[in-house]
Amino acid sequence: MTALSSPQAPAGTDQRSERVERIRQAASRIRRNALDMGEVQGQGYIGQALGVADVLAVVYTDQLRFRPEDPHWRDRDRFLLSIGHYAIAAYAAMAEAGIIPLQELETYGSDDSRLPMSAMASYTPGMEISGGSLGHGLGVATGMALGLRHLGNEAQVFDLLSDGELDEGSTWEAAMACAHHGLDNVTAIVDVNALQADGPTAGVLRTEPLVDKWRAFGWHALRVDGNDVAVLVAAFDEIRRHRGSPSVLICDTRIGCGVPLLENREKAHFMRVDEAEWQIARDQLQEGLAR
Amino acid sequence: MTSTARRKKLTTSAMIASFADPGQRTTSAPFGHALNRLAEERPEIVGLSADLAKYTDMHVFRDAHPDRFFQMGMAEQVMLGAAAGMAEVGLVPFASTYSVFATRRAYDFLCLDIAEPGLNVNVVGALPGLTTGYGPSHQATEDLAILRGCPNLTIVDPCDSVDIEQAVPALAAAPGPTYLRLLRGAVPTVLDEYDYRFELGKAAELRTGRDVVLISTGLMTMRALQAAERLAADHVDVAVLHVPTIKPLDTAAILRAARTDRLVVTCENHSVIGGLAESVASTLAFAGVGARVVPVALPDEFLAAGALPTLHDRYGLSTDALVTRVRAELGGTSGDQPSAWAADPVPATA
Repeated sequence: MTALSSPQAPAGTDQRSERVERIRQAASRIRRNALDMGEVQGQGYIGQALGVADVLAVVYTDQLRFRPEDPHWRDRDRFLLSIGHYAIAAYAAMAEAGIIPLQELETYGSDDSRLPMSAMASYTPGMEISGGSLGHGLGVATGMALGLRHLGNEAQVFDLLSDGELDEGSTWEAAMACAHHGLDNVTAIVDVNALQADGPTAGVLRTEPLVDKWRAFGWHALRVDGNDVAVLVAAFDEIRRHRGSPSVLICDTRIGCGVPLLENREKAHFMRVDEAEWQIARDQLQEGLAR
Repeated sequence: MTSTARRKKLTTSAMIASFADPGQRTTSAPFGHALNRLAEERPEIVGLSADLAKYTDMHVFRDAHPDRFFQMGMAEQVMLGAAAGMAEVGLVPFASTYSVFATRRAYDFLCLDIAEPGLNVNVVGALPGLTTGYGPSHQATEDLAILRGCPNLTIVDPCDSVDIEQAVPALAAAPGPTYLRLLRGAVPTVLDEYDYRFELGKAAELRTGRDVVLISTGLMTMRALQAAERLAADHVDVAVLHVPTIKPLDTAAILRAARTDRLVVTCENHSVIGGLAESVASTLAFAGVGARVVPVALPDEFLAAGALPTLHDRYGLSTDALVTRVRAELGGTSGDQPSAWAADPVPATA
């Protein structure tokens, strides 16, 4: 099976709302997967996973061209997880996309698991790069995009960054390189949850104004509500049509999105969830989807 | 009479001064031309540079294959990251900059983007060790020390143009990541006078000798060969074991060379910390061989700026300095070089 995606024929309103509803359902299952994995460890980057689930649902179930059974397919679109600590979110999405078996998620973070806490290419089928050290993804994406273009391969390269990662100077080296080389086969996705390890991004190191910065670096920049699937789909479709420069989709997301219990707790980069709370979280997720 | 008239003529050094001796046979830009020849056979070869193509002989490749050369700007981190990305999609990149920038500035990218996934990326570092009088900002005196600890990485320190020409296709043929200490510009041509072929991971005995064995790497092999000639005139019989591959090290050849009663001297264009001397010393110690190792290497210091010949003399890398050092060691004195360790320390316990 090849998970084909857009560019799709202009869809009628019904088709479009069906498409959005299908992705919303997928996003909810991704959140559910992430909660199940978080429960195994009792803690983790669960807030980020819930926040970025809608973005990953659009990417993995609507945008990315890949063959779940053949992660090394030459013509696949590349999705780079520059933020290795988002592994929990990526595994949750890759299980939804059929790249890794759903039942394997329970091994997350365990000894000898293919699903380590921080994403590593050598461990997990479909994981393109190893994360952990921030500021690497966009540089590797630059080289993949240059290489694919050089080889006449039309595959796209997506790189998921976080707003905290924009502190790293290497990200901006890569941003300049992508623009200089006119890499319109690169799409950067920035998850702006406004929180990093030492606290709110605005207080740690101010990265705003993000759209102006990326545009000044020569990028086609869009900023959307990263928890609104309909808006995300429209933005990704627009980016797919864009030519001549790399694109960045800046996604404002809410930590813990979809689970009010976690959305409302004190914002934490590395969230602790009590044993009894996991079921409450799952119930809240289910209730939210029904609404 | 003005004071200027009495002033001694000053010697100065350009940033990328040649270390070739006056009148020595040289080959121009051997790396660039070797890469061109390889590129004609292998379409997947590409080149990158971080605003230093002209100074790393990459311009030769750039001019011959403009569509396969990628200018990354003065940005070593993205250059190495991008080289990794290119290797991920099936290309075989050679990425050049100065050694100091490849190792000090962009190490995280060399380590995690290139070495950890074991990609066939060939990092080419110019101005290794003391090959510029420009000062510590450009003198990569500890690049081997930084890189030897990096798993998966093959490290080559070539002696001359012959080594470079033969190493380039070998590095591309090796499946994993490599680091080449580049000699650029007018590079001495020495090894064609010996029965020698570069073989990745192999040391080569360039001459035999009963009294001393010089275990050398990089441009110091050229100096070792010159020193051996000079010492032969004094009836000192000196062997030279050239070790162009620093990692993986040809430990068998080193153990064979050191398991004698000859004086064992290591020669390298690198800090005494973390380079060939310590590689040889640990090889011997791990194998239970008790031979003393005399390290001819750069001191553990930030070095001075100045003219290269002056600096090579001062820091012990010139042929004169090497000959003096060997004579002193054979004569039982260590010359002006203070010996950090006594040859026969008093045992801690009787």
